[in-house]
Amino acid sequence: MLTFDLGEKGLRALHEELHAQTQTTNETAWEIVNPKGSHAIAVGLDAPIEVTVRGSTGYYCGGMNKQATVVIDGSAGPGTGENMMSGKIVIEGDASQYLGATAHGGLIVVKGNASSRCGISMKGVDIVVHGNVGHMSAFMAQSGNLVVCGDAGDALGDSCYEARFFVRGEVKSLGADCEKKEMRPEHIEILTRLLAEAECDAKPEEFTRYGSARKLYNFDVDNAGDY
Amino acid sequence: MCGIVGLFLKDKSLEPKLGEMLTEMLITMTDRGPDSAGIAVYGDDTEGRAKLTIQAANPDVVFEHLERDLAAAINEHVTVRVKDTHAVIDLPEDKMAEARAALKEMRPDARVMSAGETIEIYKEVGLPGDVAQRFDIPQLTGTHGIGHTRMATESAVTTLGAHPFSTGPDQCLVHNGSLSNHNSLRRTLAREGVMTETENDTEVAAAYLTWKMQNGHTLGEALEAGIDDLDGFYTFVVGTKDGFGVVRDPIACKPAVMAETDQYVAFGSEYRALVSLPGIEDARVWEPEPATVYFWNH
Repeated sequence: MLTFDLGEKGLRALHEELHAQTQTTNETAWEIVNPKGSHAIAVGLDAPIEVTVRGSTGYYCGGMNKQATVVIDGSAGPGTGENMMSGKIVIEGDASQYLGATAHGGLIVVKGNASSRCGISMKGVDIVVHGNVGHMSAFMAQSGNLVVCGDAGDALGDSCYEARFFVRGEVKSLGADCEKKEMRPEHIEILTRLLAEAECDAKPEEFTRYGSARKLYNFDVDNAGDY
Repeated sequence: MCGIVGLFLKDKSLEPKLGEMLTEMLITMTDRGPDSAGIAVYGDDTEGRAKLTIQAANPDVVFEHLERDLAAAINEHVTVRVKDTHAVIDLPEDKMAEARAALKEMRPDARVMSAGETIEIYKEVGLPGDVAQRFDIPQLTGTHGIGHTRMATESAVTTLGAHPFSTGPDQCLVHNGSLSNHNSLRRTLAREGVMTETENDTEVAAAYLTWKMQNGHTLGEALEAGIDDLDGFYTFVVGTKDGFGVVRDPIACKPAVMAETDQYVAFGSEYRALVSLPGIEDARVWEPEPATVYFWNH
Protein backbone atom coordinates (compact mmCIF):
# COMPACT_ATOMS: atom_id res chain seq x y z
CA MET A 1 0.00 0.00 0.00
CA LEU A 2 1.24 3.48 -0.87
CA THR A 3 0.79 6.10 1.81
CA PHE A 4 0.38 9.74 0.86
CA ASP A 5 0.65 12.50 3.47
CA LEU A 6 -1.78 15.15 2.29
CA GLY A 7 -0.77 17.61 4.99
CA GLU A 8 2.82 17.49 3.80
CA LYS A 9 2.53 17.19 0.01
CA GLY A 10 -0.76 18.89 -0.80
CA LEU A 11 -3.74 18.24 -3.00
CA ARG A 12 -2.17 18.96 -6.38
CA ALA A 13 0.61 16.43 -5.84
CA LEU A 14 -1.96 13.86 -4.70
CA HIS A 15 -3.99 14.19 -7.86
CA GLU A 16 -0.95 14.15 -10.10
CA GLU A 17 -0.19 10.73 -8.69
CA LEU A 18 -3.72 9.35 -8.59
CA HIS A 19 -4.59 10.58 -12.08
CA ALA A 20 -1.44 8.98 -13.48
CA GLN A 21 -2.77 5.52 -12.63
CA THR A 22 -3.93 3.58 -15.65
CA GLN A 23 -6.21 0.62 -16.29
CA THR A 24 -3.36 -1.84 -15.75
CA THR A 25 -1.63 -0.18 -12.80
CA ASN A 26 -0.08 -2.35 -10.15
CA GLU A 27 -0.41 0.38 -7.53
CA THR A 28 -3.97 -0.50 -6.61
CA ALA A 29 -3.96 0.32 -2.89
CA TRP A 30 -3.54 3.89 -1.64
CA GLU A 31 -3.82 5.44 1.74
CA ILE A 32 -4.18 9.18 2.34
CA VAL A 33 -3.26 10.45 5.78
CA ASN A 34 -3.79 13.91 7.34
CA PRO A 35 -6.83 14.89 5.27
CA LYS A 36 -7.91 17.42 7.96
CA GLY A 37 -11.24 18.08 6.28
CA SER A 38 -9.63 19.30 3.04
CA HIS A 39 -11.79 19.81 -0.03
CA ALA A 40 -11.86 17.77 -3.23
CA ILE A 41 -9.77 14.80 -2.08
CA ALA A 42 -9.48 11.97 -4.62
CA VAL A 43 -11.71 13.53 -7.26
CA GLY A 44 -11.83 12.62 -10.93
CA LEU A 45 -10.24 9.20 -10.48
CA ASP A 46 -10.45 6.85 -13.45
CA ALA A 47 -8.63 3.62 -12.65
CA PRO A 48 -9.46 0.40 -10.76
CA ILE A 49 -7.70 1.46 -7.56
CA GLU A 50 -8.74 1.60 -3.91
CA VAL A 51 -8.06 4.81 -2.01
CA THR A 52 -8.55 4.96 1.75
CA VAL A 53 -8.67 8.35 3.41
CA ARG A 54 -7.73 8.16 7.10
CA GLY A 55 -9.83 10.87 8.69
CA SER A 56 -12.65 13.24 7.82
CA THR A 57 -12.93 14.99 4.49
CA GLY A 58 -14.37 18.33 3.32
CA TYR A 59 -16.36 19.20 0.23
CA TYR A 60 -16.63 16.89 -2.81
CA CYS A 61 -14.44 13.93 -1.84
CA GLY A 62 -14.59 11.26 -4.56
CA GLY A 63 -16.44 13.58 -6.94
CA MET A 64 -16.66 12.52 -10.61
CA ASN A 65 -15.23 9.14 -9.68
CA LYS A 66 -14.97 6.40 -12.30
CA GLN A 67 -14.02 2.82 -11.42
CA ALA A 68 -12.15 3.58 -8.20
CA THR A 69 -13.15 2.65 -4.68
CA VAL A 70 -12.79 5.50 -2.20
CA VAL A 71 -13.10 4.68 1.50
CA ILE A 72 -13.44 7.56 3.96
CA ASP A 73 -12.38 6.38 7.38
CA GLY A 74 -14.14 9.28 9.08
CA SER A 75 -16.98 11.61 8.17
CA ALA A 76 -17.51 13.28 4.82
CA GLY A 77 -18.25 16.91 3.97
CA PRO A 78 -20.84 18.38 1.60
CA GLY A 79 -21.22 17.05 -1.94
CA THR A 80 -19.27 13.84 -1.44
CA GLY A 81 -19.35 11.68 -4.59
CA GLU A 82 -21.07 14.41 -6.61
CA ASN A 83 -21.46 13.41 -10.23
CA MET A 84 -19.87 10.00 -9.69
CA MET A 85 -20.00 7.84 -12.83
CA SER A 86 -19.02 4.40 -11.51
CA GLY A 87 -17.00 2.76 -8.77
CA LYS A 88 -17.72 2.88 -5.06
CA ILE A 89 -17.49 5.26 -2.12
CA VAL A 90 -17.74 4.00 1.44
CA ILE A 91 -18.09 6.49 4.30
CA GLU A 92 -17.44 4.96 7.70
CA GLY A 93 -18.88 7.94 9.61
CA ASP A 94 -21.59 10.46 8.67
CA ALA A 95 -22.06 12.31 5.41
CA SER A 96 -22.91 16.00 5.09
CA GLN A 97 -25.46 17.54 2.76
CA TYR A 98 -26.06 16.70 -0.92
CA LEU A 99 -24.25 13.38 -0.90
CA GLY A 100 -24.04 11.89 -4.39
CA ALA A 101 -25.61 14.92 -6.07
CA THR A 102 -26.28 14.27 -9.79
CA ALA A 103 -24.28 11.02 -9.65
CA HIS A 104 -24.80 8.77 -12.68
CA GLY A 105 -23.57 5.41 -11.48
CA GLY A 106 -21.69 3.33 -8.94
CA LEU A 107 -22.49 2.77 -5.29
CA ILE A 108 -22.19 5.08 -2.27
CA VAL A 109 -22.41 3.54 1.19
CA VAL A 110 -22.76 5.57 4.40
CA LYS A 111 -22.28 3.62 7.63
CA GLY A 112 -23.58 6.49 9.75
CA ASN A 113 -26.22 9.10 8.85
CA ALA A 114 -26.48 11.30 5.80
CA SER A 115 -27.60 14.91 6.07
CA SER A 116 -30.07 16.92 3.98
CA ARG A 117 -30.54 16.60 0.21
CA CYS A 118 -28.93 13.14 0.06
CA GLY A 119 -29.06 11.97 -3.56
CA ILE A 120 -30.36 15.27 -4.92
CA SER A 121 -30.89 14.96 -8.67
CA MET A 122 -29.37 11.46 -8.67
CA LYS A 123 -29.15 10.07 -12.17
CA GLY A 124 -28.43 6.38 -11.74
CA VAL A 125 -26.25 6.04 -8.67
CA ASP A 126 -27.17 3.64 -5.87
CA ILE A 127 -26.91 5.04 -2.35
CA VAL A 128 -27.22 2.93 0.79
CA VAL A 129 -27.35 4.75 4.13
CA HIS A 130 -27.15 2.58 7.24
CA GLY A 131 -28.60 5.35 9.40
CA ASN A 132 -30.98 8.23 8.64
CA VAL A 133 -31.17 10.81 5.86
CA GLY A 134 -32.08 14.49 6.28
CA HIS A 135 -34.73 16.66 4.69
CA MET A 136 -35.29 16.97 0.94
CA SER A 137 -33.39 13.80 0.19
CA ALA A 138 -33.65 12.57 -3.41
CA PHE A 139 -35.02 15.94 -4.50
CA MET A 140 -35.58 15.73 -8.29
CA ALA A 141 -34.04 12.26 -8.32
CA GLN A 142 -34.10 10.86 -11.83
CA SER A 143 -32.89 7.27 -11.62
CA GLY A 144 -31.04 4.89 -9.35
CA ASN A 145 -31.84 3.61 -5.88
CA LEU A 146 -31.71 5.30 -2.50
CA VAL A 147 -31.81 2.84 0.40
CA VAL A 148 -32.31 4.24 3.90
CA CYS A 149 -32.06 1.77 6.76
CA GLY A 150 -33.13 4.34 9.33
CA ASP A 151 -35.56 7.26 8.97
CA ALA A 152 -35.98 9.89 6.27
CA GLY A 153 -36.52 13.61 6.96
CA ASP A 154 -39.08 15.99 5.48
CA ALA A 155 -40.05 16.05 1.80
CA LEU A 156 -38.48 12.78 0.65
CA GLY A 157 -38.33 12.49 -3.13
CA ASP A 158 -39.82 15.89 -3.90
CA SER A 159 -40.40 16.32 -7.67
CA CYS A 160 -38.76 12.99 -8.40
CA TYR A 161 -38.72 11.12 -11.69
CA GLU A 162 -37.94 7.41 -12.01
CA ALA A 163 -35.65 6.78 -9.05
CA ARG A 164 -36.61 4.22 -6.37
CA PHE A 165 -36.47 4.91 -2.64
CA PHE A 166 -36.48 2.20 0.00
CA VAL A 167 -36.90 3.28 3.61
CA ARG A 168 -36.93 0.93 6.57
CA GLY A 169 -37.91 3.43 9.28
CA GLU A 170 -40.22 6.44 9.38
CA VAL A 171 -40.55 9.02 6.64
CA LYS A 172 -41.24 12.40 8.22
CA SER A 173 -43.07 13.59 5.10
CA LEU A 174 -43.13 12.87 1.40
CA GLY A 175 -42.29 15.59 -1.10
CA ALA A 176 -44.52 16.71 -3.95
CA ASP A 177 -45.42 13.86 -6.31
CA CYS A 178 -43.69 11.19 -4.23
CA GLU A 179 -45.81 8.27 -3.06
CA LYS A 180 -45.66 4.92 -1.32
CA LYS A 181 -45.45 2.00 -3.73
CA GLU A 182 -45.95 -1.70 -3.77
CA MET A 183 -42.87 -3.86 -3.08
CA ARG A 184 -42.68 -6.41 -5.91
CA PRO A 185 -40.27 -9.39 -6.23
CA GLU A 186 -37.95 -7.42 -8.51
CA HIS A 187 -37.60 -4.74 -5.83
CA ILE A 188 -36.75 -7.32 -3.16
CA GLU A 189 -34.12 -8.57 -5.56
CA ILE A 190 -32.58 -5.11 -6.07
CA LEU A 191 -32.64 -4.44 -2.36
CA THR A 192 -31.10 -7.81 -1.47
CA ARG A 193 -28.22 -7.09 -3.82
CA LEU A 194 -27.64 -3.53 -2.61
CA LEU A 195 -27.80 -4.43 1.09
CA ALA A 196 -25.27 -7.21 0.52
CA GLU A 197 -22.95 -4.87 -1.38
CA ALA A 198 -23.28 -2.30 1.39
CA GLU A 199 -22.57 -4.89 4.11
CA CYS A 200 -25.86 -4.13 5.78
CA ASP A 201 -27.75 -6.87 7.59
CA ALA A 202 -31.21 -5.27 7.36
CA LYS A 203 -33.88 -7.49 5.80
CA PRO A 204 -35.37 -6.39 2.46
CA GLU A 205 -38.90 -7.25 3.68
CA GLU A 206 -38.64 -4.55 6.35
CA PHE A 207 -38.46 -1.73 3.79
CA THR A 208 -41.17 0.34 2.14
CA ARG A 209 -40.74 1.51 -1.42
CA TYR A 210 -41.47 5.07 -2.52
CA GLY A 211 -41.33 6.63 -5.94
CA SER A 212 -42.84 9.10 -8.34
CA ALA A 213 -46.61 9.41 -8.68
CA ARG A 214 -45.76 10.64 -12.20
CA LYS A 215 -48.27 13.47 -12.04
CA LEU A 216 -45.83 16.34 -11.96
CA TYR A 217 -43.73 15.52 -14.98
CA ASN A 218 -46.46 14.13 -17.25
CA PHE A 219 -48.77 16.34 -19.20
CA ASP A 220 -52.35 16.10 -18.00
CA VAL A 221 -54.96 17.28 -20.46
CA ASP A 222 -57.04 18.73 -17.60
CA ASN A 223 -54.28 21.26 -17.07
CA ALA A 224 -54.22 22.35 -20.73
CA GLY A 225 -55.96 25.61 -19.82
CA ASP A 226 -53.11 26.56 -17.51
CA TYR A 227 -50.59 26.83 -20.32
CA MET B 1 -20.21 32.42 1.45
CA CYS B 2 -18.76 33.34 4.83
CA GLY B 3 -16.97 31.44 7.55
CA ILE B 4 -17.97 31.14 11.16
CA VAL B 5 -16.07 29.73 14.09
CA GLY B 6 -17.09 29.58 17.71
CA LEU B 7 -15.66 28.16 20.88
CA PHE B 8 -17.35 27.77 24.24
CA LEU B 9 -15.00 26.49 26.91
CA LYS B 10 -16.11 24.16 29.66
CA ASP B 11 -12.59 23.52 30.92
CA LYS B 12 -11.17 26.59 32.68
CA SER B 13 -7.61 25.49 32.01
CA LEU B 14 -8.14 26.28 28.32
CA GLU B 15 -9.22 29.89 28.98
CA PRO B 16 -5.71 31.37 28.60
CA LYS B 17 -5.59 29.80 25.13
CA LEU B 18 -8.97 30.96 23.86
CA GLY B 19 -7.57 33.65 21.55
CA GLU B 20 -4.93 31.34 20.15
CA MET B 21 -7.43 28.55 19.45
CA LEU B 22 -9.96 30.90 17.89
CA THR B 23 -7.32 32.51 15.69
CA GLU B 24 -6.23 29.16 14.33
CA MET B 25 -9.84 28.23 13.63
CA LEU B 26 -10.50 31.61 11.99
CA ILE B 27 -7.53 31.37 9.64
CA THR B 28 -8.71 28.00 8.27
CA MET B 29 -11.88 29.80 7.17
CA THR B 30 -9.98 32.42 5.14
CA ASP B 31 -11.10 31.10 1.76
CA ARG B 32 -14.75 31.27 2.84
CA GLY B 33 -14.38 34.98 3.60
CA PRO B 34 -11.23 36.88 2.67
CA ASP B 35 -12.89 40.35 2.65
CA SER B 36 -12.91 41.08 6.35
CA ALA B 37 -12.81 39.34 9.68
CA GLY B 38 -13.95 39.90 13.20
CA ILE B 39 -13.93 38.30 16.57
CA ALA B 40 -15.88 38.67 19.80
CA VAL B 41 -14.26 37.44 22.97
CA TYR B 42 -15.84 37.21 26.40
CA GLY B 43 -13.00 37.92 28.82
CA ASP B 44 -12.56 38.48 32.51
CA ASP B 45 -15.42 39.77 34.59
CA THR B 46 -14.50 42.39 37.18
CA GLU B 47 -17.18 43.26 39.70
CA GLY B 48 -18.60 46.70 39.06
CA ARG B 49 -16.55 47.35 35.90
CA ALA B 50 -17.61 47.28 32.28
CA LYS B 51 -15.95 47.41 28.88
CA LEU B 52 -16.67 49.60 25.90
CA THR B 53 -14.90 48.72 22.67
CA ILE B 54 -14.74 51.52 20.12
CA GLN B 55 -13.28 51.83 16.66
CA ALA B 56 -11.99 54.80 14.71
CA ALA B 57 -10.77 55.22 11.15
CA ASN B 58 -8.28 57.80 12.46
CA PRO B 59 -7.20 56.25 15.78
CA ASP B 60 -4.27 58.65 16.30
CA VAL B 61 -6.62 61.59 16.54
CA VAL B 62 -9.61 59.93 18.19
CA PHE B 63 -7.74 57.99 20.88
CA GLU B 64 -5.30 60.78 21.82
CA HIS B 65 -5.92 61.92 25.41
CA LEU B 66 -9.11 59.84 25.40
CA GLU B 67 -8.44 58.44 28.86
CA ARG B 68 -8.00 61.92 30.33
CA ASP B 69 -10.96 63.45 28.49
CA LEU B 70 -13.39 60.67 29.26
CA ALA B 71 -12.36 60.50 32.93
CA ALA B 72 -13.00 64.22 33.21
CA ALA B 73 -16.36 63.93 31.46
CA ILE B 74 -17.77 61.22 33.69
CA ASN B 75 -15.75 62.10 36.74
CA GLU B 76 -14.48 58.54 37.23
CA HIS B 77 -11.30 56.62 36.66
CA VAL B 78 -11.15 54.93 33.24
CA THR B 79 -8.42 53.08 31.39
CA VAL B 80 -8.04 52.91 27.64
CA ARG B 81 -6.27 50.02 25.94
CA VAL B 82 -5.54 50.94 22.32
CA LYS B 83 -5.17 48.13 19.80
CA ASP B 84 -4.65 49.42 16.28
CA THR B 85 -7.96 50.96 15.15
CA HIS B 86 -9.80 49.78 18.26
CA ALA B 87 -9.72 50.81 21.88
CA VAL B 88 -11.15 49.01 24.87
CA ILE B 89 -12.30 51.37 27.59
CA ASP B 90 -12.56 49.96 31.09
CA LEU B 91 -15.02 51.97 33.20
CA PRO B 92 -17.45 51.67 36.11
CA GLU B 93 -20.48 49.63 35.09
CA ASP B 94 -23.00 52.25 36.19
CA LYS B 95 -21.28 54.93 34.07
CA MET B 96 -21.73 53.15 30.73
CA ALA B 97 -24.64 55.24 29.45
CA GLU B 98 -22.99 58.46 30.58
CA ALA B 99 -19.69 57.50 28.98
CA ARG B 100 -21.34 56.64 25.69
CA ALA B 101 -23.16 59.93 25.62
CA ALA B 102 -19.97 61.84 26.45
CA LEU B 103 -18.07 59.94 23.79
CA LYS B 104 -20.65 60.78 21.16
CA GLU B 105 -20.17 64.42 22.03
CA MET B 106 -16.38 64.62 22.31
CA ARG B 107 -15.35 61.92 19.78
CA PRO B 108 -18.07 61.80 17.11
CA ASP B 109 -15.81 59.75 14.82
CA ALA B 110 -15.62 56.85 17.28
CA ARG B 111 -17.94 53.91 16.57
CA VAL B 112 -19.06 51.58 19.31
CA MET B 113 -18.22 47.95 18.50
CA SER B 114 -19.53 46.48 21.73
CA ALA B 115 -20.47 47.32 25.27
CA GLY B 116 -20.91 45.05 28.23
CA GLU B 117 -19.32 43.47 31.25
CA THR B 118 -17.01 41.04 29.47
CA ILE B 119 -17.39 41.37 25.69
CA GLU B 120 -14.72 42.81 23.39
CA ILE B 121 -15.23 42.96 19.61
CA TYR B 122 -12.51 43.53 17.05
CA LYS B 123 -13.22 43.65 13.33
CA GLU B 124 -11.58 45.03 10.25
CA VAL B 125 -11.31 44.73 6.49
CA GLY B 126 -8.55 42.37 5.38
CA LEU B 127 -7.45 38.77 5.52
CA PRO B 128 -8.42 36.99 8.75
CA GLY B 129 -4.79 36.22 9.61
CA ASP B 130 -3.83 39.88 9.22
CA VAL B 131 -6.81 41.09 11.22
CA ALA B 132 -6.02 38.65 14.06
CA GLN B 133 -2.42 39.86 14.06
CA ARG B 134 -3.34 43.55 14.15
CA PHE B 135 -5.44 43.08 17.26
CA ASP B 136 -3.23 40.51 19.01
CA ILE B 137 -6.17 38.12 19.06
CA PRO B 138 -3.97 35.09 19.94
CA GLN B 139 -3.11 36.79 23.26
CA LEU B 140 -6.74 37.16 24.35
CA THR B 141 -8.07 35.04 27.16
CA GLY B 142 -11.68 34.32 27.93
CA THR B 143 -14.54 31.92 28.47
CA HIS B 144 -15.99 31.86 24.97
CA GLY B 145 -15.68 33.61 21.64
CA ILE B 146 -17.03 33.84 18.12
CA GLY B 147 -15.20 34.66 14.91
CA HIS B 148 -16.30 35.46 11.38
CA THR B 149 -14.68 35.69 7.98
CA ARG B 150 -16.73 37.67 5.50
CA MET B 151 -17.42 37.35 1.80
CA ALA B 152 -19.78 40.27 1.36
CA THR B 153 -23.03 39.96 -0.56
CA GLU B 154 -25.59 42.30 1.03
CA SER B 155 -23.60 45.42 1.85
CA ALA B 156 -20.21 46.99 1.17
CA VAL B 157 -16.87 45.68 2.38
CA THR B 158 -16.27 48.08 5.26
CA THR B 159 -15.21 47.79 8.88
CA LEU B 160 -18.76 48.44 10.03
CA GLY B 161 -20.12 45.85 7.61
CA ALA B 162 -17.88 43.17 9.12
CA HIS B 163 -19.17 40.78 11.76
CA PRO B 164 -19.74 40.27 14.71
CA PHE B 165 -22.56 42.74 15.23
CA SER B 166 -23.46 43.82 18.71
CA THR B 167 -26.71 45.64 19.38
CA GLY B 168 -27.12 45.00 23.09
CA PRO B 169 -24.98 44.64 26.19
CA ASP B 170 -22.69 41.61 25.97
CA GLN B 171 -24.59 40.37 22.92
CA CYS B 172 -23.15 39.57 19.55
CA LEU B 173 -24.14 37.77 16.40
CA VAL B 174 -22.39 36.45 13.31
CA HIS B 175 -24.10 35.23 10.17
CA ASN B 176 -23.44 33.09 7.14
CA GLY B 177 -26.13 33.68 4.55
CA SER B 178 -28.33 36.54 3.44
CA LEU B 179 -31.65 37.87 4.68
CA SER B 180 -34.35 38.92 2.24
CA ASN B 181 -36.68 40.84 4.57
CA HIS B 182 -34.09 42.96 6.34
CA ASN B 183 -35.31 46.30 4.98
CA SER B 184 -38.89 45.90 6.18
CA LEU B 185 -37.71 44.48 9.47
CA ARG B 186 -35.31 47.40 9.91
CA ARG B 187 -38.24 49.81 9.55
CA THR B 188 -40.34 47.80 12.00
CA LEU B 189 -37.53 47.85 14.54
CA ALA B 190 -36.98 51.59 14.03
CA ARG B 191 -40.64 52.20 14.87
CA GLU B 192 -40.04 50.24 18.07
CA GLY B 193 -37.09 52.48 18.84
CA VAL B 194 -34.40 49.92 18.00
CA MET B 195 -31.98 51.68 15.68
CA THR B 196 -29.39 50.13 13.38
CA GLU B 197 -26.30 51.90 12.11
CA THR B 198 -25.58 50.24 8.77
CA GLU B 199 -27.34 48.93 5.64
CA ASN B 200 -26.24 45.44 6.58
CA ASP B 201 -28.76 42.58 6.81
CA THR B 202 -27.01 40.85 9.71
CA GLU B 203 -27.16 43.91 11.90
CA VAL B 204 -30.95 43.78 11.55
CA ALA B 205 -30.97 40.19 12.80
CA ALA B 206 -28.83 41.20 15.77
CA ALA B 207 -31.10 44.15 16.51
CA TYR B 208 -34.15 41.90 16.22
CA LEU B 209 -32.79 39.54 18.86
CA THR B 210 -31.87 42.47 21.13
CA TRP B 211 -35.40 43.84 20.76
CA LYS B 212 -36.93 40.47 21.63
CA MET B 213 -34.72 40.16 24.68
CA GLN B 214 -35.56 43.71 25.78
CA ASN B 215 -39.16 42.54 25.76
CA GLY B 216 -38.54 39.72 28.16
CA HIS B 217 -37.54 36.87 25.86
CA THR B 218 -34.61 34.67 26.71
CA LEU B 219 -32.02 34.31 23.98
CA GLY B 220 -33.41 30.86 23.21
CA GLU B 221 -36.94 32.25 22.83
CA ALA B 222 -35.68 35.15 20.71
CA LEU B 223 -33.95 32.70 18.38
CA GLU B 224 -37.13 30.57 18.17
CA ALA B 225 -39.12 33.66 17.23
CA GLY B 226 -36.46 34.55 14.66
CA ILE B 227 -37.15 31.32 12.76
CA ASP B 228 -40.61 32.74 11.95
CA ASP B 229 -39.69 36.39 11.49
CA LEU B 230 -36.38 36.29 9.64
CA ASP B 231 -36.67 35.36 5.99
CA GLY B 232 -33.63 34.17 4.08
CA PHE B 233 -30.65 31.95 4.44
CA TYR B 234 -28.82 31.87 7.68
CA THR B 235 -26.61 30.02 10.02
CA PHE B 236 -26.33 32.25 13.07
CA VAL B 237 -23.98 31.93 15.98
CA VAL B 238 -24.78 34.24 18.89
CA GLY B 239 -22.97 35.08 22.07
CA THR B 240 -24.12 36.43 25.41
CA LYS B 241 -22.20 36.98 28.62
CA ASP B 242 -22.79 33.42 29.77
CA GLY B 243 -23.59 31.56 26.65
CA PHE B 244 -23.33 30.62 23.07
CA GLY B 245 -26.14 29.66 20.69
CA VAL B 246 -26.56 28.30 17.17
CA VAL B 247 -29.52 28.29 14.81
CA ARG B 248 -29.93 27.46 11.10
CA ASP B 249 -32.82 28.33 8.82
CA PRO B 250 -35.29 25.56 7.89
CA ILE B 251 -33.64 24.90 4.51
CA ALA B 252 -30.17 24.77 6.10
CA CYS B 253 -28.07 25.28 2.96
CA LYS B 254 -25.39 27.13 4.87
CA PRO B 255 -22.98 24.62 6.33
CA ALA B 256 -22.43 24.04 10.03
CA VAL B 257 -20.47 21.48 12.00
CA MET B 258 -20.29 21.21 15.75
CA ALA B 259 -18.03 19.30 18.09
CA GLU B 260 -18.36 18.67 21.79
CA THR B 261 -15.98 17.19 24.32
CA ASP B 262 -15.69 17.48 28.11
CA GLN B 263 -13.50 20.52 27.49
CA TYR B 264 -15.45 22.58 24.96
CA VAL B 265 -18.27 23.04 22.48
CA ALA B 266 -17.00 24.22 19.11
CA PHE B 267 -18.65 25.48 15.97
CA GLY B 268 -17.22 25.64 12.45
CA SER B 269 -18.66 26.33 9.03
CA GLU B 270 -16.59 23.34 8.01
CA TYR B 271 -14.88 20.50 9.80
CA ARG B 272 -11.55 22.02 8.68
CA ALA B 273 -12.02 24.74 11.28
CA LEU B 274 -12.10 22.18 14.07
CA VAL B 275 -9.18 19.91 13.21
CA SER B 276 -6.65 21.68 15.42
CA LEU B 277 -8.75 21.48 18.59
CA PRO B 278 -7.47 19.22 21.37
CA GLY B 279 -9.13 15.81 21.43
CA ILE B 280 -11.11 16.42 18.24
CA GLU B 281 -10.53 12.79 17.19
CA ASP B 282 -12.74 11.62 20.03
CA ALA B 283 -15.20 14.52 20.05
CA ARG B 284 -18.87 14.08 19.30
CA VAL B 285 -19.13 15.74 15.88
CA TRP B 286 -22.51 16.54 14.33
CA GLU B 287 -24.39 18.93 12.09
CA PRO B 288 -26.99 21.11 13.82
CA GLU B 289 -30.51 20.32 12.62
CA PRO B 290 -32.43 22.91 10.59
CA ALA B 291 -34.78 25.28 12.45
CA THR B 292 -33.51 24.03 15.79
CA VAL B 293 -32.07 26.24 18.49
CA TYR B 294 -28.95 25.04 20.29
CA PHE B 295 -27.67 26.78 23.35
CA TRP B 296 -24.94 26.32 25.93
CA ASN B 297 -24.65 28.28 29.16
CA HIS B 298 -21.95 28.64 31.76
